[in-house]
Amino acid sequence: MTITSAPPEPPRPKRRIGDRVFAGSATGAGVLILLVLAGVAIFLISEAWPAVTAPAGDIPGGDGLSGYIAPLIFGTLVAAVIALVVATPLAVAIALYITYYAPRRLAATMGYVIDLLAAIPSVVYGFWGIATLAPALVPFYVWAEDHLGFIPLFAGPASATGRTMLTAGIMLAVMILPIISAISREVFGQAPALHREAALALGATRCEMIRMAVLPYGKSGVIGGAMLGLGRALGETLAIAIVLSASGGITFNLISSSNPSTIAANIALQFPESTGLDVNTLIASGLALFVITLAVNMLARWIVNRRADFSGAN
Amino acid sequence: MTATRPAEGGTTAPPRRGLVEQHRRLPRVAFPALFLLGVLVGVTLSAVTGFSIVLAAIYGVVLGILAVYAVSRVVEGSRKSFDRLVTCVVTTAFAVAMVPLVSLVWTVLSRGLKRLDGEFFNSSMLGIVGEGGGAYHAIFGTLVITGITALISVPIGLLTAIYLVEYGRGRLKKAITFLVDVMTGIPSIVAGLFAFALFALFFGPGVRMGIMGAVALSVLMIPVVVRSSEEVLKLVPNELREAAYALGVPKWRTIIKIVIPTAMAGLATGVTLAVARVVGETAPLLITVGIINGTNLDPFDGRMATLPVFAYYQLTQPGFPPEYAIDRAWTAALILIILVMALNVVGRLISRFFAPKTGR
Repeated sequence: MTITSAPPEPPRPKRRIGDRVFAGSATGAGVLILLVLAGVAIFLISEAWPAVTAPAGDIPGGDGLSGYIAPLIFGTLVAAVIALVVATPLAVAIALYITYYAPRRLAATMGYVIDLLAAIPSVVYGFWGIATLAPALVPFYVWAEDHLGFIPLFAGPASATGRTMLTAGIMLAVMILPIISAISREVFGQAPALHREAALALGATRCEMIRMAVLPYGKSGVIGGAMLGLGRALGETLAIAIVLSASGGITFNLISSSNPSTIAANIALQFPESTGLDVNTLIASGLALFVITLAVNMLARWIVNRRADFSGAN
Repeated sequence: MTATRPAEGGTTAPPRRGLVEQHRRLPRVAFPALFLLGVLVGVTLSAVTGFSIVLAAIYGVVLGILAVYAVSRVVEGSRKSFDRLVTCVVTTAFAVAMVPLVSLVWTVLSRGLKRLDGEFFNSSMLGIVGEGGGAYHAIFGTLVITGITALISVPIGLLTAIYLVEYGRGRLKKAITFLVDVMTGIPSIVAGLFAFALFALFFGPGVRMGIMGAVALSVLMIPVVVRSSEEVLKLVPNELREAAYALGVPKWRTIIKIVIPTAMAGLATGVTLAVARVVGETAPLLITVGIINGTNLDPFDGRMATLPVFAYYQLTQPGFPPEYAIDRAWTAALILIILVMALNVVGRLISRFFAPKTGR
């Protein structure tokens, strides 16, 4: 028997110059993002501070800062929630259709067509919303007021122009649809082929294969996509500024012509004409928007992290 | 003796009836035909109750799906029929998503083609009241600002994604991942406020410059690039990296030669979506760059015109008589869409030519 000697120490990996430069610049880029974000937060807080400390009577509306911002927050949330509720199931279905149902030859083109929907600028959506979507929805609002009026959401009176909260929400849904479906598609397409083929070989139908092999794998991607969509819906500015007829306070009535504005749309409409404390007030409302998106993102990140086991690179 | 033994005692017993039934199928044309039948019934139904295209479509699709499901359930059993139901629903979802796209493109085309002429590309709005005028200044303003934005954002975003996937460890990685998510949620208007304040600090309040817009747009674009690139880089199989390391390839060359080419298609898609988002972004430019009627292509000198802001102001503040400005607004919207589509095509071509052919 030979005496086993200690194995030779593994050679330390050489740190090449290329490696060091590359790692350094990558880290630098990451740190830069931290700095930018810190800059945004610091600026928002410092510029909002005068409005926070100002007497209630000086704030536009005369009800103090919270009285000014509350209806805006409410409007923002309602529009975004409508958008997310409408868009997410549709987007997942579209992603599944393109990845697993569409004819192979056409799938790439279909993906491209959906991407086109994402590419259309928000201001153009606003144009379309006010010129086509809102008038098209007016008959539905009239019908809803007559037949569904007992639900507070459709209490009416139905808007004659169609520039309602529901119109804005549906428009937002169209806008975030391609974002959610693009990410979902990417992830569904990457579901391990062996899992899929194994499911099919065991006799699963296509739908069962998707439920067993694709959806568990793609879940975090779908949530990530929905999060991106929600981010865009919350912050969407001009499409809503153009479409929504904003003149009211807090109401759950989605089809009338007096709606709460959203924070972002309100800033866009008011900022160019504002000076002094009004600017600070608007920035304070921007800070509120910032905090809401922060909360949403934290929640989403928490959900995604629970699903991190399904990530491809582990 | 078991009861299942065939009566004749032959060695080639015919399979039991139940097994045959499970594989019973209808010919391939049956289900599209059934669907069409359901659609027809639905259209008739809507015609009876007072015809409208929307109602006819809704009734028709619902009845068509129901017809397919019911027949499949009877003939093929519950699992197969559920599969068909899902197929129908998923296909319908895709069709539903096409409706707004077609409607939007149709609206913009029909209204925007009117002023899509040489004058629109050749002249600015300098001294224009009423008829005529164009968006020369706005088109080039948008190109300049978007170009600067991409120059700032793509390297930073891509490097950050590489850091997160390849190098990042511990607390810094967690912090950056988290904050990129937060940044993704930054509303465009807040990014505009940020850029405004940053430059107002140095140049005083009321400053308007193209570079401010580019900075604001970069704040929006960087996280989109990071998120999409990160998602794609993560999906590059670790086996590829390990194979490269095993051959003695240094890490940075592995990333440049293996990881990025493998992920190229996804990266191009991500950058394309990011640019597309930024090109049409109006709110931050409204605050930081403003609008002018003449041509200014120097991003460090005063206000610039950009296409989305131009379209917005032409639509919402058309002046008198309003119709000319509104026509210009729609044409500007049309050009925006065309610009974005061109960007998309470029993105596709890049991904087609640079992505390696994969096995599957």
